[in-house]
Amino acid sequence: MDLRTAIQLGIIGLTFFMLINASALLVLAERKIMGFMQQRYGPYRVGPHGMLQPLADIIKLLMKEELRPKGADKWLFTLAPIISVTAAFAAFATVPWGAQTTFFGLLDEPVKLGVADVNVGVLVVFAVTSMGVYGIVLAGWASNSKYSLFGGLRASAQMISYELAYATALASVVMLAGSLSLREVVDSQSGVWFGFIPRWYVFLQPIGFIIYTIAGVAETNRAPFDFPEAEQELVAGYNTEYSSVRFALFPQAEYINMATMSAVATDLYLGGWHGPWLPPEYGWIWFLAKVGVILFVYIWVRWTVPRYRYDQLMSFGWKILFPAAVINLLVTAALVLYFNA
Amino acid sequence: MDGWLGVLIMIGLGIGFAGVMVGLSLLLGPKNPTPEKLAPYECGMAAVGDARERHSVKFYLVAMIFLLFDIEVAFLYPWALALRDLGWPGFVQIVTFFLILLVGYVYVWRKGVLDWGPVSSRVRSQRPKAA
Repeated sequence: MDLRTAIQLGIIGLTFFMLINASALLVLAERKIMGFMQQRYGPYRVGPHGMLQPLADIIKLLMKEELRPKGADKWLFTLAPIISVTAAFAAFATVPWGAQTTFFGLLDEPVKLGVADVNVGVLVVFAVTSMGVYGIVLAGWASNSKYSLFGGLRASAQMISYELAYATALASVVMLAGSLSLREVVDSQSGVWFGFIPRWYVFLQPIGFIIYTIAGVAETNRAPFDFPEAEQELVAGYNTEYSSVRFALFPQAEYINMATMSAVATDLYLGGWHGPWLPPEYGWIWFLAKVGVILFVYIWVRWTVPRYRYDQLMSFGWKILFPAAVINLLVTAALVLYFNA
Repeated sequence: MDGWLGVLIMIGLGIGFAGVMVGLSLLLGPKNPTPEKLAPYECGMAAVGDARERHSVKFYLVAMIFLLFDIEVAFLYPWALALRDLGWPGFVQIVTFFLILLVGYVYVWRKGVLDWGPVSSRVRSQRPKAA
């Protein structure tokens, strides 16, 4: 194995490790931010300022008893959380997180920071995030519990409904960039307009960005659209019957999906690793900063906005968000043709 | 990494991670099942009947219209990529395509497929009366 392959495998390993850590960090961040928004400290006992709380959580969950309800489907019940987590990891595979680098001259040819660079990256993200629905639906179906089944059904209907708006909003960005590769979309956003406005697509696509953000929150089943696990109505929704690590894998998949959603938003709308002051070699710092801001907004929204009703969610997705995304796409197409001609 | 190998490695790592975690908890966790623990949760009462019964037809309807509209979105992507080559004729074609879809969309909307809450009086008046 030559140095180049070793470094590329190292980048994959690092991405994987960062995703696991992202889910742990997000659990902690969510509880801390929730605490401060409710004028209390949040976790404080384990480690300095409660920093080691996620570690304690996972050890506790590992030591718990695995329960499977009597009528549950033996194999699907175990398979469902594994599908969820695998889809969450795989969805990040085509998301680049940094510019090309030679590691300060260590390599002759620069390597690209990211797991895989394929020319249909956006489509892969769609395809794989849709696979995550299977995990949730199978969890609801296999449990043989009424709450789980309702949670699973709601999740499937919600996620497929918002996928339309989400995909249509991204089609406008693909049209502007003229490429399905996430790396090429990011590279087309380098430079500035009028000397100070970064050439990010969020300025060309403000409505598209808003549609993408709303649909992204609904796709990851986060508040105010967390109907699959609405605890006041459905106990815990699709994971009511889960315990121990098999339960822990569902929130982990959800947090990794949040990270993927934010990373895709950063790449497609916020210029990825492009930013002032830092040389391109250190662009990943910009990338991490932008993803962090979006993730903070995710948590902020959860503790600020109350949950909608299910009929409001469905009619909002089908009657407002989807038509708005289509009109946004057609107007963008007309403008692109008008200014290109 | 160039190409699809990275995606495969990532899927393998994901399956491996989840499998190791589930296996570890099977090794480390206690095993002391009782009939009460193994019963599905139903707010503390004994579970009534099976969970896998009939459920609202709304979910099937949404799945079906999703299939139609998702195929439409899948058609959008090649068009969006080729927009600059196709020019205005391509734009007119996609608008025609959307107008045809709009007929179906309006039909679905008027039939009340997109209404999940209380049914509007117009839709209710069109439904056959119970005998």
